[in-house]
Amino acid sequence: MPERLLLTGNHAAAYGAMLARSEVISAYPITPQTMIVELLSELTASGRLDAKFITVESEHSAMAACVGASAAGARAYTATSGQGLALMHEMLHWAVGARLPIVLTNVSRAMAPGWSIWSDQSDILSQRDVGWMMLFAESVQEAQDFIIWMYRVAEQVFLPGMVGMDAFILSHTAEPLIVHDQEAVDEYLPGFQPLYDLDPEQPRAYGGLVNRDHYFELRYKVYENMERAGQLLIDAGEEFGEVLGHKYTPLEGFMLDDADYVLVSAGAMTSNVRQAVRDLREKGIKAGLLRVIAFRPFPVKQIRQKLGGRKKVAVLDRNMSAGHSGIFAEEIRSALLGRPDAPPVYGYVVGIGGRDVRVETAHEVMNDLLVRDEPEMSLFVGVKGLPIGPLRSDYEIRPLEPLEVMR
Amino acid sequence: MIELRIHGRGGQGAVVASKTLAQAAFLAGRYVQSYPDYGVERRGAPVVAFARIAEPGDDLFVRQDIREPHHLLILDATLLDSANPIAGLQPGGWVVVNTSDPPSALGIVPRFRVATVNATEIAQRHGLGSAAQPVVNTAILGAFVKATGIVSMEDLLAAIDHEVPVKAEENRLAASEAYEQVLLEVSV
Repeated sequence: MPERLLLTGNHAAAYGAMLARSEVISAYPITPQTMIVELLSELTASGRLDAKFITVESEHSAMAACVGASAAGARAYTATSGQGLALMHEMLHWAVGARLPIVLTNVSRAMAPGWSIWSDQSDILSQRDVGWMMLFAESVQEAQDFIIWMYRVAEQVFLPGMVGMDAFILSHTAEPLIVHDQEAVDEYLPGFQPLYDLDPEQPRAYGGLVNRDHYFELRYKVYENMERAGQLLIDAGEEFGEVLGHKYTPLEGFMLDDADYVLVSAGAMTSNVRQAVRDLREKGIKAGLLRVIAFRPFPVKQIRQKLGGRKKVAVLDRNMSAGHSGIFAEEIRSALLGRPDAPPVYGYVVGIGGRDVRVETAHEVMNDLLVRDEPEMSLFVGVKGLPIGPLRSDYEIRPLEPLEVMR
Repeated sequence: MIELRIHGRGGQGAVVASKTLAQAAFLAGRYVQSYPDYGVERRGAPVVAFARIAEPGDDLFVRQDIREPHHLLILDATLLDSANPIAGLQPGGWVVVNTSDPPSALGIVPRFRVATVNATEIAQRHGLGSAAQPVVNTAILGAFVKATGIVSMEDLLAAIDHEVPVKAEENRLAASEAYEQVLLEVSV
């Protein structure tokens, strides 16, 4: 029987890696991820998880160890955050080119300096173009389940995947979690079957020199398999529902069908946006939510379908690309570009460095969206002393005074 | 939904208090959330943790700091002077404070209900933490349960077994003693 436990997002991720029967785990500790690999090292030491836990001196080496393990045919897992993910960057490319279905949990943390351990998706989105699949979890349940869902697809397309989880508001939040039956997970996710593995009896060379006559085709195959992964994520998400009781999709709509004004969000802050949409509906405003779960492959067709014909779309980004805009907003705009029914897309940057993104924050965004005529690339919400726009007299929001209790 | 805020100092166990309280309500079948507001952790620095308990049969939807809690737990009375923990507390809310003083001595406005317990003395007597840095979380939770009745003592003791497996017996005793010794002042 599945068990229901009260666990943090970090511990849920460790359970996800355990249920997926990860065979090699290599990691370097970094706040706020450390609890994941702490628990995995305990589970490995106690024998509850039959895996090899490899301690290393850096995140670069952690990914290198995963590359080696995966090439040898093992299911490999690691977890990191912020600066750690940045240090892994070179080896992230390697995992793609070598076509190794490694899965990684990244607990999103703001980049230093200023030195911050708080939530901010700029770290994971800096890895947008390396060729890893990317899923964004909203709940503790998803922090566990997305690891299993990701392996299911990764091992079909031979591409690695990362699961993003927001620092503290998910990683350190304890809430009820259904820990699936191991047998059911085994049915959903059979053992990893590599096409080739490292075998001393059959020596081969890997990662060798490729000249102009082959490299382009290798990269085309990466592109082609990432495209395939779009449909496979849908299929595997459906199957997750059949076998493990909860269907997952690359996008989630909430009160979306008849919505004129759509808020787009990803990750844990979406819970608050969803609550704001409920409130707005009670006020008679036709608001809806589109949650982006799969960021790579980006579900372009479904996004066109879900957002086409709306009056206005606001994208909330807990990240920013200085010199342009929030990254989700960029991607949504590019998916809609040139479509005859494309709605105007307004970019809002929120919650940088863990600034509390509240239900009221989503209300502030909606208030601004309703009164603003021309879409802007980046409107900042919650920067001290910076108003985002004129207030509409018939749409009252509670002013957010900074609460000086914390420290 | 009941929202709680816990104020303590690094090393007193505020974060574990939040998780233990949530676990007690979870064991009673309620949907819960427990969440710490970490700074850069330092012993002695102010720490805040939050807990949400849904109404029976209900779910929880939001993920944000608790600005207007129903009740407060204060693990160190000196925070009352320096950290303004009362900010946002809803009228009629309980303020459960670790202090040797009686509730009337704290000068908390009569809109709130005040409970005091000498959790430091109880924790020291049971060898919880060190004599200089006692871990007072389980004691203050016993006092909180007596004051508010939000969870039962039975569920709290079971939650302590889950969340505080080291010195579980001593922690259970500390919670039970605080439950008996807490001074309640209802002046709403």
